[in-house]
Amino acid sequence: MKDVIEGRVWVLGDDVDTDGIIGGKYLTIIDPDELKKHVFEIALPEFADGARPGDLIVAGENFGCGSSREHAPQAMRAIGVGAVVADSFARIFYRNAINLGIPTIEARGVRALFEKGDTARIEMRAGRVTNLRSGAAVRFPPLPQHLLELLEVGGLVEKVRLELEHRKAAAGAVP
Amino acid sequence: MTGSNGHGATLAEKLLARAGGLDHVVPGQIVEGKVDLAMMHEQGAQTVAPFHQMGAERVWDPDRVVIAIDHWVPASTEGAAVLHRILRKFAAETHLPHFYDVGNHGICHQILAENGWVVPGDLAVGTDSHTNMLGAMGAFAAGVGPTEMAAVLALGQLWLKVPPTLQVRVRGRFGKGVTAKDLVLRILGEVKTTGATYKAVEFSGPTIAGLSMPERFTICNMTTEMGAKAGMVAPDQTTYDYLAPIAKHPMHPVQPDADAAYERRVDIDVDGMPPMVACPYSPDNVRPLPDVVREHVKVDQVFLGSCTNARIEDLREGAALMKGQRVAPGVRFIVSPASTKIYQQCLDEGIIQTFTEAGAVFTNSSCSACFGGNMGILAPEEVCASSSNRNFPGRMGAKQARIYLLSPAATVAAAIRGELADPREMM
Ligand code: SF4
Repeated sequence: MKDVIEGRVWVLGDDVDTDGIIGGKYLTIIDPDELKKHVFEIALPEFADGARPGDLIVAGENFGCGSSREHAPQAMRAIGVGAVVADSFARIFYRNAINLGIPTIEARGVRALFEKGDTARIEMRAGRVTNLRSGAAVRFPPLPQHLLELLEVGGLVEKVRLELEHRKAAAGAVP
Repeated sequence: MTGSNGHGATLAEKLLARAGGLDHVVPGQIVEGKVDLAMMHEQGAQTVAPFHQMGAERVWDPDRVVIAIDHWVPASTEGAAVLHRILRKFAAETHLPHFYDVGNHGICHQILAENGWVVPGDLAVGTDSHTNMLGAMGAFAAGVGPTEMAAVLALGQLWLKVPPTLQVRVRGRFGKGVTAKDLVLRILGEVKTTGATYKAVEFSGPTIAGLSMPERFTICNMTTEMGAKAGMVAPDQTTYDYLAPIAKHPMHPVQPDADAAYERRVDIDVDGMPPMVACPYSPDNVRPLPDVVREHVKVDQVFLGSCTNARIEDLREGAALMKGQRVAPGVRFIVSPASTKIYQQCLDEGIIQTFTEAGAVFTNSSCSACFGGNMGILAPEEVCASSSNRNFPGRMGAKQARIYLLSPAATVAAAIRGELADPREMM
């Protein structure tokens, strides 16, 4: 994760649920390349074909509500979503997305600042999202250091992998 | 300073401070918590791939991992059979001895409760959203995703953001035929389904102190429907007496400070409270049952089951009402105990006979009709009276089906009358 993230924006409304992100009928798909074909099929049908890696999602309240399925952020990661910024998130989606290494930012008032196709700049440590077309900006409380580090290594799988390697090396050094 | 602006710690803060090895934590702080108990059900099959991607070879502490399959038991689809096989293979390879497999099965949360797997002071996590139920033990118990569960299996810890706490204080005495389920429905009617999002819910007050453990399980179970990260009751003599013969690990209870800082307080008085019902299509669409009874809501199916309300106490109460009565013509009444142990108790006490003689279907213990993917699935426009915890569109089958959430006694009353009914009139 970079400290400053820039990208083209796709805009979604309030209460986008996990069914709207990836439909229940796709939950047996394991291959990320297959999964990404169906991301936002219900909430934003033109997304899967039109998205480029690094594109950003801006959404309203309670993004990711509904079931606790991890497939939702997995599908977003598979297609290369660079970050998701919303007025608020459902709890389990927020955790799952961060654990998968997707910069996930709660910034009250962000939804109102953007239209489809705008470019956003997100300053992770400064805690600011700017619309580079209009110049409008909104501030957010930066993520705690712990979560910034989690994103920097690329998510929980990487973090634990590094931790286990570290432990093994330490155990090897002290017989 | 006392009251809601106090400086003391809530129960959730005490529990997370302990899990993090810290003296004191504040809401918003991130804690790396040491996990005391990790539970997986079928969704645990999804933890296997990330566990291997992490390069993990062994589980941090096999004695603190419980696997309990419950959604499809015995497997009712090929997909479920595959999930079960993945879990069995994983348990064998990583030497996990505590696997509650077919024949010794039950709803995962009930398995944890009745076998004493979670004790006061614990941090417990599970791959199911109703893991909150175990907070009734005076523990911090929360649902997690499969990738985080993989990290827990590898390291025995996970990050948690300390939640602010909503305190619910309850006073008064239940009238005849009014139960803990009616109380939690009433609370949901006030707090609503997003009222506790990201928060912990701590129940206290004289009414809570008087509740049995099974009743506390019912109440903590439905904090999930309030959006809460965890729901809990501080441990007391009732907790210790329940756990004394069964606790798997030593207890290390903590209590909230008298001057704890709660984000919000809700006060409930149950004196004179009637039975309650959550109407379609949300658990917070709560009304007094007598008001809804007047509208003559006919039912097609009745379900007495789920982790919320299928313990022996619930089934005894239901059987007492059912005795000598018949299930109304045209009504399908499904009764599913929450565990094999409860099933056996029902057998010993003649409860299975009472229900089946009355025309009910008494099934093996599992999630059964609760989630619309196993059995007892509803057709469009059908109406169901259920003792479970969710009534969102499509929860028990067709999107257009209508589900009413009730106490166990009220579900039996509906089965007898063929429409929603007030159980107090039959007692
Ligand atoms: S009984 Fe229902 S709510 Fe409880 S774990 Fe099973 S499906 Fe979930």
